[in-house]
Amino acid sequence: MDDGNNSTPRRQLQAGTTLSQRYLIQEVIGVGGMGSVYRARDLHFPNVVKLVAVKEMINLAPDPLVRQTIVQNFEREANLLATLNHPSIPRIYDYFSQDDRSYLVLEFIHGKDLEAIITDTDGFLPEEQVLAWGIELCDVLAYIHSHSPDPIIFRDMKPSNVMINHNGDVILVDFGIAKTFQTGVKGTMIGTEGYSPPEQYRGDATPLADIYALGATLHHALTRRDPRLEPPFSFAERPIRKMNPAVSIELETVIATALQYNVEERFPSAADMKDALVSAGRKTGVLSHLPTSNLQASAVKPLWTFTCEDEIRGTPAIHQGTLFIGSYDNNLYALNAADGKFLWKYPTDGGIVSRPGVYEGNVYFGSEDRRLHVVGARSGKVVWTYYTDGPIRSSPRVAEGHVFIGSDDHHLHAVNLNTGRAAWKFETSSSVRSTPFVANELVYVGNESGDFYTIDFRGEMKWRFQAKRAITSSPIVAGQAVYFGSMDSTLYALDARNGWILWRFRLGKSSIVSPAVAENIVITGAADGFIYAIETQSARELWRFRTEHQVSGSPVIYKDSVYCGSVDGQIYCLEYRSGRLRWKYATKGPITGSPLVYDDIVYIGSTDHQVYALLA
Amino acid sequence: MLDFFRKLFKKPAPRQDTATTAPLDEQQIQSIISGPSARSDIQQLISACGQSVGKQRDLNEDSILAITATLAGNSGNTPFGLYIVADGMGGHQFGEVASNTAIRTVAGTIMRKFHPYLFNLKPEPLDESLQEIILSAVGEAQKTIQREAPGSGTTLTAALILGQQVTIAHVGDSRAYMIYADGRIEPVTRDHSLVKRLEELGHISPDEAANYPHRNVLYRALGQGEGLEPDIFTIPFPSAGTLMLCSDGLWGVVSEQDVLHTFRESPNLQRACQNLVASANAAGGPDNISVVLIQLLG
Ligand SMILES: Nc1ncnc2c1ncn2[C@@H]1O[C@H](COP(=O)(O)OP(=O)(O)OP(=O)(O)O)[C@@H](O)[C@H]1O
Ligand SMILES: [Mg+2]
Repeated sequence: MDDGNNSTPRRQLQAGTTLSQRYLIQEVIGVGGMGSVYRARDLHFPNVVKLVAVKEMINLAPDPLVRQTIVQNFEREANLLATLNHPSIPRIYDYFSQDDRSYLVLEFIHGKDLEAIITDTDGFLPEEQVLAWGIELCDVLAYIHSHSPDPIIFRDMKPSNVMINHNGDVILVDFGIAKTFQTGVKGTMIGTEGYSPPEQYRGDATPLADIYALGATLHHALTRRDPRLEPPFSFAERPIRKMNPAVSIELETVIATALQYNVEERFPSAADMKDALVSAGRKTGVLSHLPTSNLQASAVKPLWTFTCEDEIRGTPAIHQGTLFIGSYDNNLYALNAADGKFLWKYPTDGGIVSRPGVYEGNVYFGSEDRRLHVVGARSGKVVWTYYTDGPIRSSPRVAEGHVFIGSDDHHLHAVNLNTGRAAWKFETSSSVRSTPFVANELVYVGNESGDFYTIDFRGEMKWRFQAKRAITSSPIVAGQAVYFGSMDSTLYALDARNGWILWRFRLGKSSIVSPAVAENIVITGAADGFIYAIETQSARELWRFRTEHQVSGSPVIYKDSVYCGSVDGQIYCLEYRSGRLRWKYATKGPITGSPLVYDDIVYIGSTDHQVYALLA
Repeated sequence: MLDFFRKLFKKPAPRQDTATTAPLDEQQIQSIISGPSARSDIQQLISACGQSVGKQRDLNEDSILAITATLAGNSGNTPFGLYIVADGMGGHQFGEVASNTAIRTVAGTIMRKFHPYLFNLKPEPLDESLQEIILSAVGEAQKTIQREAPGSGTTLTAALILGQQVTIAHVGDSRAYMIYADGRIEPVTRDHSLVKRLEELGHISPDEAANYPHRNVLYRALGQGEGLEPDIFTIPFPSAGTLMLCSDGLWGVVSEQDVLHTFRESPNLQRACQNLVASANAAGGPDNISVVLIQLLG
């Protein structure tokens, strides 16, 4: 890579130094790219303390002719700035050069720059506040842009160049004057502005570049996300409300317009942007008093419903047009999936809270009566029954001629499909409520004391992993990784072959949700009420969606949507890549089971005793 | 491998209640195990490196590191490897110091963490994810560079391989490529450069990108800025594929097609590295050249 400018910090002036026999340096108040900014006392006013800001610029150009041109440019710009007169622009009192340094003497602003305000604030700045600053900044931009004969372009709008004085008004400091001191060396310069629009990198600086940078500054102020740490020009991918949902859609829209990638799509002038900000402020002032509309919810109507005698906490299964679902009334129901007509029910002696498995004409399901039941899918008649020593809350997994199922008796059971006899039982340290997953010739399952086991088809453990709390969540293996959640508030991704932790994702609260994976996205939920989407390779959060109560049922991905129930009683349909709400439907009780989506129909049970069929 | 991991997740396998169970019969087990993925040879990593100052520079500011370990025995084996390319930035003083500090600090931090587990010196399992380990190593390097060579910067592309999984940490515009068995070559990292960003956004065409005046402008570099966020991700090692790490002294002057061609014409990894470096030099060698090639056998 090429040689570039030298950016080692250079010696700062000591407190007590007097410049130009007039400015007594007190302390450094800012450090910039080309030198420091000092607070100084103006000694021409012996009887009062008059403070000034002294901005130092160090001339680095090695060539004497270039150095001289730089100083001339500096003096020309200083003269230009001295003619400006606006409450948001500091007065310029003086300028001078000595040795390799030039100095600008400015009105001292009692206040704090916006960057410091953003970092020193816990949480987000209030919207009204940022809106008010945005309007004032539009005013001062409109003022300099209308300068004649040539418009003045600020060029470097960003939080550290905006000061808020003790009255709460904005002041633009740093008129890009220092920029003339940058020797335009080609090379690896780092940390592009982050606030500047794409066209500025081709050398075009127009009033519209300032509008973009103002948009970027307001975006930073509202989201606390420093654009210098994000990929350049990525604002469109990072809408404000995604990071700070409290911001109104109106203000988000105005800022997004300022940040348009194409110049023609931005506000044509600072005055237009100001108008848009003002009207956004007016509108939100009104809107905030109205309840949020609930249009989408009422638009969804069930195709049919079916009522059981007790709560439904489990998940349905479908096979050849028949829907199977267990209820806390101890029955397994078989319903016609098309119209919800009752076909048969099979009584057990305990609640059924899991998902039945259907395989070769038989339905497999566990019950809190400690048994694994197998009944004919058409007839509803018993085929065989298998006893464990504890209630069954795990769902069966059929693979390789066996059904694998966990029980509160601490065992994972492998039962031969034909004989109904145990091939083996694998003892764990606690109840097994997680549903086993079979992949790579291995069975993966978690238990209530937080152990996670990988067992081969002989019933021998291959490896084991320990989470800090219970693993009720059922694992899923995709692309050589196994994903599961835990009550320790973590979503884990382990190497499916050997159990090394690839990554851990911190959830807001504990999770019993079984993750779903599609393409490179893993979706899960937690007791904090959020549905999360996480990128499988990088463990980055793509989005999170807030429901109104905890999420205990598992999400299902179907086409480009995610379906997930919540204890708030609603089933949500979200756009899979963005997490945007497509629709939601409110049942009359908490939902703890998972939906089933088949042939564009969503089936879901609720603790209001009903099974719902909704159009996906 | 099993022994190694059993140690890692140490706790004896629970005893089983054999009395009431009827195991799968041997034939069943054999038919399952001798399925499509029969394993024979031990898995092992092999690697080779190449480096040159190029034809137009006096100073080499690139640094590379390669550590390849095989632990194999009766109970299985786990390949372990760590590979890093760092390209120090000339626009800043001490570019070579930055890149060297980067590889040493990153590798040192990672090896210190793995050492007890690789050699079974610690009974309890490693309680950090591979991504957390590599992230903390990059964080260490960031701090060290800012302390020891303030103002300097470097790119960093590091691949930590354990078993089949490749965990990559990436900052800047060095690159990791996968060369697949079917003859495709694909970058797996995204440059943190202004030009790449403009290209991704369709603001400039790939042709314009190749001639863009500020091709070296990075928006993320190790040693620069606060709150550095490296790209970190884990991908499986493609079967019969090759992982290539390189600095822009290679990818910036030799096209992907020519890289592929040179690679396939070379009899082994070492020669492939030499030939790749030679082709970058033949194209003018405007910048320092570094390349690491890694394969997973078995
Ligand atoms: N007139 C002033 N009164 C009080 N503080 C000031 C004044 N001017 C600048 N500062 C403080 O000094 C900091 C740096 O000033 P300024 O932006 O002018 O310098 P700079 O060299 O251009 O820095 P950079 O290029 O990094 O933005 C400001 O962020 C602000 O905190
Ligand atoms: Mg500034």
